[in-house]
Amino acid sequence: MRILGAWTLSAVRRLGNIFTFLANAVYSIFSPPFKFGLLLRQIRFFGNKSMVIILLTGSFTGMVLALQLFYTLRKFGSDALLGPAIALSLIRELGPVLSALMVTGRAGSALTAEIGIMRISEQIDALTAMALNPVRYLIVPNIVAAVIVFPLLAAIFDLIGIYGGYAVAVKLLGMSEGTYFSQIETFVEMKDIRIGLYKSLSFGVIVSWICCYKGFNTRYGAEGVSKATTEAVVLSSILILIWDYFIGSVLL
Amino acid sequence: MIEIIDLEKSFDGQKVLNGIDLTILDNELMAIIGKSGGGKSVLLKHLTGLIKPDKGSVLVDGVDIVRLSGRELDGIREKFGVVFQGGALFDSLTVYENVAFPLKEKVKIDRKELHERVLRALEDVELLGMGKKYPAEISGGMKRRVALARALITEPSIVFFDEPTTGLDPIILNSIHRLIVDTHKKYGFTGVIISHDIPEIFDVADRIAMLHNGVIVETGTPDEIKNSFNPIVRQFIIGMEVPSFKP
Repeated sequence: MRILGAWTLSAVRRLGNIFTFLANAVYSIFSPPFKFGLLLRQIRFFGNKSMVIILLTGSFTGMVLALQLFYTLRKFGSDALLGPAIALSLIRELGPVLSALMVTGRAGSALTAEIGIMRISEQIDALTAMALNPVRYLIVPNIVAAVIVFPLLAAIFDLIGIYGGYAVAVKLLGMSEGTYFSQIETFVEMKDIRIGLYKSLSFGVIVSWICCYKGFNTRYGAEGVSKATTEAVVLSSILILIWDYFIGSVLL
Repeated sequence: MIEIIDLEKSFDGQKVLNGIDLTILDNELMAIIGKSGGGKSVLLKHLTGLIKPDKGSVLVDGVDIVRLSGRELDGIREKFGVVFQGGALFDSLTVYENVAFPLKEKVKIDRKELHERVLRALEDVELLGMGKKYPAEISGGMKRRVALARALITEPSIVFFDEPTTGLDPIILNSIHRLIVDTHKKYGFTGVIISHDIPEIFDVADRIAMLHNGVIVETGTPDEIKNSFNPIVRQFIIGMEVPSFKP
């Protein structure tokens, strides 16, 4: 009973720390001075680190979708709807989720490691001792950059995925080019794009928040950095999938 | 003046500071010596407000920083310069940018004056011409000197040195000590040096306090410490372990 109580208290304390960290960061976002130079640097960091992997995974996701959905839709005699099926799957679901998971693995892990190393080499203490708020310098630029970059990367993922699907559907499976694109235009609504946008915006907050938190609270040397990085990637990925379900059921 | 009163701190049930009482006078260089893992760096983190104690006070010019947080604490920190163990330089910035950083971020200053002050600070630590290098491209001794320049650029009234010579060879160690003494003479700050450099620290500090098992066991001038009859101090100076001393 005592162990259960201690575990519960510790879990509540950890949860409190995570949310206090986010609240502190959000407060700092809206209170000057703003660090635009650092923001641009972090936008480049997320974009630069993740672009190649987004292009690769986006195109192959679209191609796989085309193969699988063509096989399924043909059974129902609806293979003309392949274009919208691919586009809707990507825009509403796979684009935001898969791109967020890819960015977590690529840039999120690097972010946790970088902040973690700053913690163990006392660079964060140095900022604090200079009477400068480390949250403003290290956390805020990352959260704002992620909120800007995640929807853009998801949009690139969607677009390249739709063209990947086009390559397989039109060039390989012999579908007409006009059917593929005109049906997308007919079936994809602004609401679908909005859902994808909301999802990737919230994933941006989740990934940057968790990765920064884990890096900021790194302890005990190189092993601590490794542990923090693993935890950040695992927790971010799990939260992306859980939050995707909840936001999906609300916005459906 | 810094007054430490009955300071206690435990980590995971283990007492690291066990009632520290110490006064550091204005403009003096006070060295805190003691064996590794004895709580010296933890004590320094209390003095800079990076750690809150379980009990006790740290008065900086009469203000108890233990009770302060946020902007009030930052207001006191404006007086501080800190040289961390290993330097704690920002990896992504050059030597020049590291030294300029606190001034650029905290003080409204025009570019020309900033440039002049950074060059002057680099000159003080004999690193003129190294401004374009990144921390990864310079030696450990140079990193400590850059850290010293960064700590001094805002002309703080109190400077904390956390083992500024750990891991350095004797020649570089002496050059860092000489720089501390020279800059202290030039700027007249109150200095707190955490060190276990025996006997070199005797030529640097005005006064020395010995920390053992979480308490200050002796305070005095270098000569008083050298001639102390306290068995812990004596054995630390000659380099022997004191396994079972209870203050």
